Amino acid sequence: MGRKRNNILPGFGLSTGFTLTYLSLFILIPLSAVFLKTATENWADMWKTVTSPRLIASYKLTLGASFLSALINAFFGLLVAWVLARYAFPGKRIVDAIVDIPFALPTAVAGISLTALYAPNGWFGRYLNAIGIQVAYTRVGVLIALMFVGLPFVVRNVQPVLEDLDLEIEEAARSLGATRWQTFSRVIVPTILPSLLTGFSLAFARALGEYGSVVFISGNRVFQTEITAFMIMNKLDQHDVPGATAIASVMLVVSFLLLLGINLLQARTRRYMETT
Amino acid sequence: MQNAAKSHHETATGRAVRWALTFVALLFLTLFVVVPLALVFVNAFEKGWHGYLAAISQPDARAAIRLTLIAAAAAVPLNTIFGIAAAWSVSKFDFPGKNILVTLLDIPFAVSPVISGLIFVLIFGLQGWLGPWLEDHGIQIVFAAPGIILATMFVTVPFVARELIPHMQAQGREEEEAALVLGANGLQTFFRVTLPNIKWSLLYGVILCTARATGEYGAVAVVSGHTQGGTNTIPLHVEILYNGYDSSGAFAVASLLTLLSVVTLIIKKVMEWKSSGAAVHGN
Repeated sequence: MGRKRNNILPGFGLSTGFTLTYLSLFILIPLSAVFLKTATENWADMWKTVTSPRLIASYKLTLGASFLSALINAFFGLLVAWVLARYAFPGKRIVDAIVDIPFALPTAVAGISLTALYAPNGWFGRYLNAIGIQVAYTRVGVLIALMFVGLPFVVRNVQPVLEDLDLEIEEAARSLGATRWQTFSRVIVPTILPSLLTGFSLAFARALGEYGSVVFISGNRVFQTEITAFMIMNKLDQHDVPGATAIASVMLVVSFLLLLGINLLQARTRRYMETT
Repeated sequence: MQNAAKSHHETATGRAVRWALTFVALLFLTLFVVVPLALVFVNAFEKGWHGYLAAISQPDARAAIRLTLIAAAAAVPLNTIFGIAAAWSVSKFDFPGKNILVTLLDIPFAVSPVISGLIFVLIFGLQGWLGPWLEDHGIQIVFAAPGIILATMFVTVPFVARELIPHMQAQGREEEEAALVLGANGLQTFFRVTLPNIKWSLLYGVILCTARATGEYGAVAVVSGHTQGGTNTIPLHVEILYNGYDSSGAFAVASLLTLLSVVTLIIKKVMEWKSSGAAVHGN
């Protein structure tokens, strides 16, 4: 409160004004175009577009694969974060850097690389095919691509909390007779749960909108492996701009609700970190 | 760091658990992350150095590299200035609505890349708001270079600000206040006090922003219109080569982006180790 009285730093008006103008020009006004366009279109047509069987199939795949990928990442992400936070082993710094590769790698590059890897003649694909598992151009492929892009979110959220965890509390639990598993499930899990949930939701949110890493490995087969982001592209290719806009508004509403939830979660995690 | 591992009374079960967990975690990371990265380089050199150089120096590839660099040259400086302004405002002042402003910053992260491209089609496309007017005046924005630049700017808005804000918040404002009390003006304070403090995170933000600007695919795919040689960026050129069954060419061009992202990652880690090392020495 009272920044004029307490704060002598200059440039409040300039920096805040510039920030707001820039955000409005490049983000808010362009983004509002989606909703304004939606509002001026024929609602009956748009409703028909977003509830067509092909779109419903894409929602099911996108939601299902995103949820499952975030769940698998919550498990393996926790495992990787645990190993990085608790154990010493040679090359640990390199392993720590490897976790960030999915963040750093452009999505299209990840897309073609995963496709080549799991294609029937690929390094992994040829062995998986031999035992009857097909990954490329199936829903499993969509899942694998989403797992790839989501992994760092879980590790990077859980790892700092695990590193800060007081070992004395665990030792106390052990000395009071708790088993290794009881210590983990009753002492450690409740502490890291908010950060694990944040990592899970961030991975889920990212997966919902993901495009580049998925469209190559999915093969975009009608009713089978079309994700919702691809359907926007598909409508645009047919010059159906209103259709693409309608699908985009559905996706935007879902993403904003998620963003809101994640912000609340992060605020809780931050409060926890500050009180300890 | 090695508290649990070297703990004085680790039991045999404890050691078995530690080995098993480490093994599974490393195996998972190798199969899911390292192998896909390695495959890019192995496939890029499928046809040897000659094939590699031919793929990246082909006229279409050169045109794609040029357009990517132009888009990055427009997006990175603007988003850097924005990032510094936003970080200054958010980290040095308290004002109502600050949290909303910080949330708004994250919008490009939350929006699907395809939607990030679509919004520019809705504004500048033929069926869009300004489309008819632009067509009358012979100006093309979407399905041309300006659209690609705009889409690239949109998706990379938060990167510099996101790197600076936590750092500048942690620093507080005492040092700047001291400089001002001692008679420095606003600009002197910024350049002599603030900038030296944030230079590493600023540099990393700029590099990250550049890496993202050059690697963006979904948003740019929507606004490009996919005309070979005209409006392709590096990721779009990779897509065309890959779909045209020129796998080694696609991976050769993709390896350029991969190298940039690996370099970005190394810089980030080196900075993290340096700052955690400094923290340890400081104590």
